[in-house]
Amino acid sequence: MDIYLDNAATTRVCEEAAKAALEAMQTDYGNPSSKHIRGLDAEKLIKNAAKTIADTLDVKPGEIVFTSGGTESNNMALIGAALAAKRRGNHVIASGYEHASVYNTLLSLRDFGFEVEFAPVDELGHVKIPELLDMIRPTTVLVSVMYVNNEVGSVNDIASISQAVHGKGKDIVFHCDAVQAYGKYVISPVKLGIDLMSVSGHKITAPKGSGFLYVREGVRVRPLIWGGGQQKDRRSGTENVPAIAGLAAAARRYYNERREATERLYELKTRFVNELRSVDGAHVNAVKPEEDGSFSESEVRKTAPHIVSAAFEGTRAEVLLHALEESGIFVSSGSACSSNHPGISGTLRAIGVKKELLDSTLRFSFAFTTTSEELDETVRVLKQLVPFYARFARK
Amino acid sequence: MIYRAFLIKYSEIGIKGKNRYVFEDALCARIRENLSRVAEGFEAVREQGRIFLSCPEDYDYDRTVRELKKIFGIWAICPVRVIEDNSFDSLTQATGDYVEEIYGDKEITFKVEARRADKRYPIESPKICSDMGDYLLKRFKNLKVDVHDPEVRIHVEIRNNAYVYSETIPGPGGMPVGANGKAMLLLSGGIDSPVAGYMIAKRGVTVDAVYFHAPPYTSERALQKVVDLAQLISAYTGPIRLHVVNFTDIQLDIIEKCPRDELTIIMRRYMMRLAEHFARECGSLGLVTGESIGQVASQTMQSLAVTNAVCEMPVYRPLIAFDKQDIIDISEKIGTYETSIEPYEDCCTIFVAKHPVTKPLLHVIEKSERKLEGTVEEHVAKAIENVRIINVTSSRIYDKGTPYAAKEE
Repeated sequence: MDIYLDNAATTRVCEEAAKAALEAMQTDYGNPSSKHIRGLDAEKLIKNAAKTIADTLDVKPGEIVFTSGGTESNNMALIGAALAAKRRGNHVIASGYEHASVYNTLLSLRDFGFEVEFAPVDELGHVKIPELLDMIRPTTVLVSVMYVNNEVGSVNDIASISQAVHGKGKDIVFHCDAVQAYGKYVISPVKLGIDLMSVSGHKITAPKGSGFLYVREGVRVRPLIWGGGQQKDRRSGTENVPAIAGLAAAARRYYNERREATERLYELKTRFVNELRSVDGAHVNAVKPEEDGSFSESEVRKTAPHIVSAAFEGTRAEVLLHALEESGIFVSSGSACSSNHPGISGTLRAIGVKKELLDSTLRFSFAFTTTSEELDETVRVLKQLVPFYARFARK
Repeated sequence: MIYRAFLIKYSEIGIKGKNRYVFEDALCARIRENLSRVAEGFEAVREQGRIFLSCPEDYDYDRTVRELKKIFGIWAICPVRVIEDNSFDSLTQATGDYVEEIYGDKEITFKVEARRADKRYPIESPKICSDMGDYLLKRFKNLKVDVHDPEVRIHVEIRNNAYVYSETIPGPGGMPVGANGKAMLLLSGGIDSPVAGYMIAKRGVTVDAVYFHAPPYTSERALQKVVDLAQLISAYTGPIRLHVVNFTDIQLDIIEKCPRDELTIIMRRYMMRLAEHFARECGSLGLVTGESIGQVASQTMQSLAVTNAVCEMPVYRPLIAFDKQDIIDISEKIGTYETSIEPYEDCCTIFVAKHPVTKPLLHVIEKSERKLEGTVEEHVAKAIENVRIINVTSSRIYDKGTPYAAKEE
């Protein structure tokens, strides 16, 4: 049996989501904009989905805009909010280890006359709040900070950051990329002071091509996609009804199971990071160790329940990844989204991982279904593989 | 749609004698294979020294010609008007209509060339030429006869139907694949080896291939890239039997026991040995590599000599005197470049030393290789035993699974 530990890259679609999507494809197949009953049925389905999702966030259904996933949500949020606020200013800030769909989108804003700055990150993977606040100027219109870092699983204190940012400029739009957080945390954008929040469906067992952007009522976002005016003009194009149905089903399941599942994952993660210490030359990233090098559950609980980043001295991540693959264990090196590109993870560099370990780092990411047996087996295989592959280092 | 058929002319060299029908059949098979991706319903048949290709109702003319131009041995491609009623009156009428469609009122000089393959036809060829010429001259004011150097030769061939054609699109030339035996191509994921395979195929050589896979150092994606490359060149070479050899244990053995700066050269010697083994097994008469003098450390004259020393078969190196840019130009022309530059590492680059030897001496390398005695034989035997065969044609990939992954089931 496969041991799939790459759930931060993508997840296997759950039965509920697959069933909901199939039903939307074959039963409620109408175009939500059509005036007849088939169209109405599809429209109802979308409305219900928006309500389901809004309930998980304690927001209004009208504040949910369905998109094709995290990348589109981030693009819509950043480009849309920046362009809408252009008359007020042209300065944008983000943390220094954002996902490529935030980082590259912001770089593209430079072509439209925006100045973009990136705030530094500490060695546990938290954006440095005082430094970020110091960057704020009268012309700052947008700040973007991710909730959970996708590569190392560190968690930012979003409430404090947004409060401080809004304290320095109440009109600054605060965007949060919550792709790795949604489903694992109870997130109340209102209480956390989030104006825009990006979510991807396929990270929570919904189909690929699903996702949404939360847009707080009153926040202006210029549309990226123009056309027939669907979703109140915010995102034109016939709604991807099957993906939306799948997304709502998965979201419902995640928020039903979340409390128990994340409790269990924290226990597994604590055990796993401590077990990894028995693998030669292993270094766990972004979890604060005790004096004796062990990891306490209270420190682990400050990080995301489902992501473990660890370096294995003397090995090459890609080789180790394929060696694990031969044992049926699937993980990623750095972040899967950037693994196609040669070059080294920006996050690992940003949190100060030693140069010689940058290319030796693997990411293990769990699903709610991950078992302790799977993790024990992974540690057992690593104990065999790491010393062998460390022997044949590149010279 | 103007053309319902093509006449395919091939070069006669090398396909004379008793084997001729074999090559003609092979050419027909290649044509069917390459065109199967364009549309269904092409029919290629041998017909008196040419191949007659009839086209389906709805086909893409440009794409058809593009695919035909990939088939070695084709000397010319003639789009043909088929005239079913070959009584002379309707034949002249239809030929006139054809000339009008193609040339309109352009001023041209022409000549009619008739060929009466069906000798029962009541009118002899010279008379067909002169009568047809007269008819065309009367009908079109913009035509002039020039029997010595005409701009347009209007061919009229009478078989069971009549074929009329005047345009000749040059084919790629070369010899039909299969005309000259088989060779084993050492295919990596790089730019050069696919081009070498293409070039050797041009001389009528059937190509089989061997790829050295080094999991977990090289990924399944690197293998997929090689399969993709094999498929791209199979549009030119015909079906390729790709041998995927697991080279990891041999490579690690070399790394452990031999000087690192000799790694690449010793690896290449083992690759040659294994390639020669598989070549012999499937009846190949030589090895083909993409080597070019001086391109990298393992391709200096000295390195080539040391690598070559393990081979008993001839090693053909079609690119030996080509500059890198010339090779890139060909790879762009044949459509392999984009795939070749995908960034997956192959086993030659993964452990490469910073300063590999450029002037290896045979006796030094042989001495290093002796350190492998006692272990490497078993690795080589295992690599041979576990070879994975993937049959690749331009339209399909037949992969019967992998011996070394099968153990998990």
